Amino acid sequence: MSTIALDIKQLSKTYGNGFEALKAIDLSVQEGDFFALLGPNGAGKSTTIGIISSLVNKTAGSVKVFGHDMDTELTAAKRCLGLVPQEFNFSQFETPLQIVVNQAGYYGIPRAKALPRAQEVLTQLGLWDKRDQPSRNLSGGMKRRLMIARALMHKPKLLILDEPTAGVDIELRRSMWDFLTELNQQGTTIVLTTHYLEEAESLCRNIAIIDQGKIIENTSKKALLSKLDVETFVLDIEAFHESLPTFDAIEVRQIDEHTLEVDVKRSHNVNSLFLKLNEIGVKVLSMRNKSNRLEELFVRIVENKQ
Amino acid sequence: MQENLVALQSILTKEVTRYFRIWIQTLLPPAITMSLYFVIFGNLIGEKIGQMDDKPYIAYITPGIIMMSVITNSYSNVVSSFFSAKFQRHIEELLVSPVPNIYILLGYIGGGVSRGLLTGAIVTGISLFFVDLEIHNWFVVFVVILLTSTLFALGGFINAVFAKKFDDISIVPTFILTPLTYLGGVFYTISLLPEFWQKVSMANPILYMVNAFRYGFLGRSDIALEVAFTIIGIFIVALFSFALYLLNTGKGLKS
Repeated sequence: MSTIALDIKQLSKTYGNGFEALKAIDLSVQEGDFFALLGPNGAGKSTTIGIISSLVNKTAGSVKVFGHDMDTELTAAKRCLGLVPQEFNFSQFETPLQIVVNQAGYYGIPRAKALPRAQEVLTQLGLWDKRDQPSRNLSGGMKRRLMIARALMHKPKLLILDEPTAGVDIELRRSMWDFLTELNQQGTTIVLTTHYLEEAESLCRNIAIIDQGKIIENTSKKALLSKLDVETFVLDIEAFHESLPTFDAIEVRQIDEHTLEVDVKRSHNVNSLFLKLNEIGVKVLSMRNKSNRLEELFVRIVENKQ
Repeated sequence: MQENLVALQSILTKEVTRYFRIWIQTLLPPAITMSLYFVIFGNLIGEKIGQMDDKPYIAYITPGIIMMSVITNSYSNVVSSFFSAKFQRHIEELLVSPVPNIYILLGYIGGGVSRGLLTGAIVTGISLFFVDLEIHNWFVVFVVILLTSTLFALGGFINAVFAKKFDDISIVPTFILTPLTYLGGVFYTISLLPEFWQKVSMANPILYMVNAFRYGFLGRSDIALEVAFTIIGIFIVALFSFALYLLNTGKGLKS
């Protein structure tokens, strides 16, 4: 029987100004999962993470981390948890080495044990060469990696990442995905919030969507994507000036003389499209998804609920 | 327990490293300012004043000047360090971690006390160039300076918890701490004051600390020693309890 890494029940938060950020949400993450918590801005993602990581006081409900209730076993719950927040939250005057070694100390790891661990995580994240530079001199990507290194110092069983790749270039983002995938494969349960839905689609096995303080979807990525009944493809074609034929269950739009957009119902295949295009002399040079599938579904789900 | 002590050591190391890193802002200014006090009030003006409470004026004011630097530095170390941690949000490193709040408080207070004591030692060293320092009771000197430093470090912590902007961390030192210190008998004995102002002075907690400290050096005090220790002790217990309450409730730290 698998263990529940994160168990949230009837969690509510009403801020001092009366704003109800969370409305009795339930959420469960299994051990070893790579879980995405998605939602538009102001939906309640950061409040949820804030409560799990003890930075926000809850109004009602309960949170358990690996079975440790945060109301009664806070210390044990905190030991299981590593947090990579959205905003940079380390001293800009300290060096990466000082930051991660101090962090280890807060978890009771003495300096003599923390130093080799610091070398290990800083090397893994490509920061060992920068270990003695003031952290304010690091690039944005390095600062993000530093926060991941810091969160990993005590080898948490549950790692929570709040928008970890915001403002990071594509190359670095891909390398961070590889790193997180490897970490997950080694057994760390990961909960991720992100605005890059491609990121959630690539990395996560289960997804919850939160909107206006309520969980409106909580299922596997596979089940979620199966709800998408239409997929849009973009075809790059050789110059074509004639009018297009019509198709059953396939809608074709000509964007310009080199581009077509095609909506295909999931129940249909695209063979007939290519046959007809071939008949009228349209040469397809390449084909791609118009947008990320999850992104399309996300927009649809959130819009339908509003 | 062992893990909490490692955490406490980490906070203390971080705090001490911080004020040594910016020693030009933290350790050098009190050395310069207090040297000027010794030169101007002690040597130049002091010679005109002559004796105060049967002691040369410079010898009379030396304990007060040392105490003034300890108070200011203990307070300002904690208020600026903890507020910066809030402002830069790296206090979250501690709030997320399993360190119990009492150890967080002890770590910051320990940092403030260590800077207060170090500054006190520096100013004491400087005073030796101006005055033949006599010590009446080493124990009293050490205990009073340790307790006073703790008390004002706690004050700085509470100020930092409530502060929302950088202006807020200078209001209390400027408008409350400095006047109370100057009126706390650093430069004079309250027996010089009219009876009414003597009674008003008794409401100033710094008066008790300065006098107890002066007793340690000169064996003279306007206040009975046990009264001074009781007052300091009451303030420490009250401020420590309040500071811990603020941390436990997350006031100014959690939403």
